[in-house]
Amino acid sequence: MSANAHDVPSRFPIPVDSALAKAGASIRGGRRGRASLEWRGVSPEAAKVGLAEISLSYRTGAGEHLLALDRINLQVRTGEFVCIVGPSGCGKSTLLHLIAGLHQPSSGQVLLDGKPVDGPGPDRIMIFQEHGLFPWLTVGQNVEFGMKMQGVAKAEREERTRYYLRLVHLGKFERSYIHQLSGGMRQRVALARALAAEPDVLLMDEPFAALDAQTRDLLHDELERIWNETGRTIIFVTHNVREAVRLGNRVVLLTFRPGRVKNEFPVDLPRPRRLEDPLVTRAAGEILEELRSEINRSLEAEYAEGVKPHIEPRGGA
Amino acid sequence: MKRAIRYLIFYGGLFTVWVVLAQLKIWPPYLFPTPWGVAEALYGGFADHTYFIAIRVSMGRVLVGYGISVLLGMVLGLGVASNKFLEETMGGLLVSLQSLPSICWWPLALLWFGLSQNAILFVVVMGSLLSVTLAMEDGRKQMPKIFGMAGRNLGARGFKLFWYVLLPASLPFIVTGLKQGWAFAWRSLISAEMLYLSLGLGQVLMIGRDLNDMSAVIAVMLLIIAIGYVVDGVVFRGMERHLHNKWGLTPAS
Repeated sequence: MSANAHDVPSRFPIPVDSALAKAGASIRGGRRGRASLEWRGVSPEAAKVGLAEISLSYRTGAGEHLLALDRINLQVRTGEFVCIVGPSGCGKSTLLHLIAGLHQPSSGQVLLDGKPVDGPGPDRIMIFQEHGLFPWLTVGQNVEFGMKMQGVAKAEREERTRYYLRLVHLGKFERSYIHQLSGGMRQRVALARALAAEPDVLLMDEPFAALDAQTRDLLHDELERIWNETGRTIIFVTHNVREAVRLGNRVVLLTFRPGRVKNEFPVDLPRPRRLEDPLVTRAAGEILEELRSEINRSLEAEYAEGVKPHIEPRGGA
Repeated sequence: MKRAIRYLIFYGGLFTVWVVLAQLKIWPPYLFPTPWGVAEALYGGFADHTYFIAIRVSMGRVLVGYGISVLLGMVLGLGVASNKFLEETMGGLLVSLQSLPSICWWPLALLWFGLSQNAILFVVVMGSLLSVTLAMEDGRKQMPKIFGMAGRNLGARGFKLFWYVLLPASLPFIVTGLKQGWAFAWRSLISAEMLYLSLGLGQVLMIGRDLNDMSAVIAVMLLIIAIGYVVDGVVFRGMERHLHNKWGLTPAS
């Protein structure tokens, strides 16, 4: 994570020094900010997660090739919290599936600690928008699942399950079934299940999109706290720019189909942040301005060509 | 309570009609048995252990035959559901075979297995395999894909993925098919047993016919219905209730 973003005062973005600030560290020119200096020089091999020239195309029902992702390059450092935003259909969820190893890119490579990823692995655990939990298992058994698959001994599984359930404040619900929980509690179980597998990287696919505003605020706080406590690397996909700024060290903006990295914005606001912080709103406003043109393009595509803007391969959300 | 009263009225009425018709003596008792004749046959059958033995033999066979069907059907169904070639070719064959009554396999079964227990088992398997296969195929397709993705993501693969994720995830979608498969297995078994000296319920029923003892025939028919009903009510309803409790679905029936 960006070294001490926590104790730096509250201008946005935070310039490393006044010289750089005078050189024009605005949000758009944010690559000159403090965080940017740290991540800019990182090569795909040296990063925790490195995406090198990732492209993905697939055949639509009509038989035409559709380019979903186009030469994506992205480096994520250990402990960093990166948010990916973009309009529906930009392939941001698909990108997460590629990192998780659930799909293979058409070209390019996903690197983890410099080594190519060739399938799902317990070092990269995904949290889905909904329905990702197993309804035939209790909360405790859900949290235990990843460890069970990895062959962790039963005693340790139980201990870790209890620990992570307490971490998300669900210690009392170990024996409940998923359908007995509220939407917010379910996502906390999903978080505990992912954390319990002790992955290096958490991949979160619009995990809070289906929740009401109050629950989401609460979960933002909890996620920020847990990220602080566990130091995990998080890649968080959302269509909500304010959420991205509220949570991330960096916001990556993808274009509408084909998905390309349009811009990256370091976010050096002090933590803990709140969704309604004026600085969060201001930063989000600047990103939104750039996002808006992409949203318009996606809407135009939807109206003019009758193209369904939200296409993902093989049942991705 | 209200339901119990409705049941009482319906079955009480049915029973009364039977008693009245029997009392009127329109037909001789060997054509139209009386309720007390049937009760006597039931008592006699259990008293000399004929029915106990028959039930044990028939249940043993249906368990083995149905068990084979479920195992084979799951493998076949998964194969058909996940392989486009199999789906296009075997999928159609399976559906068309379903219109064939399983007892049609009896002549072939006799040739292949001889006049033996195995011939009966073969007919039972052929009777229930198709519905289990089709149910499994359907269940695998209906099951939300996210379970498979989440399972793979958490490190499940191969047999573990099937056993810990795909199978439990598709159970609510295949339980109806499993139930239907059981009903077909039970029917096929009785049909096959009626054709061969087999000790099972089917043979006991045919003995009743040979002795012109219609009370015994009705008694065995009642037994066959009762066993089918109890297995359905206890095993499959129980399974459905269990699934609904876990998944939080409202009962389908």
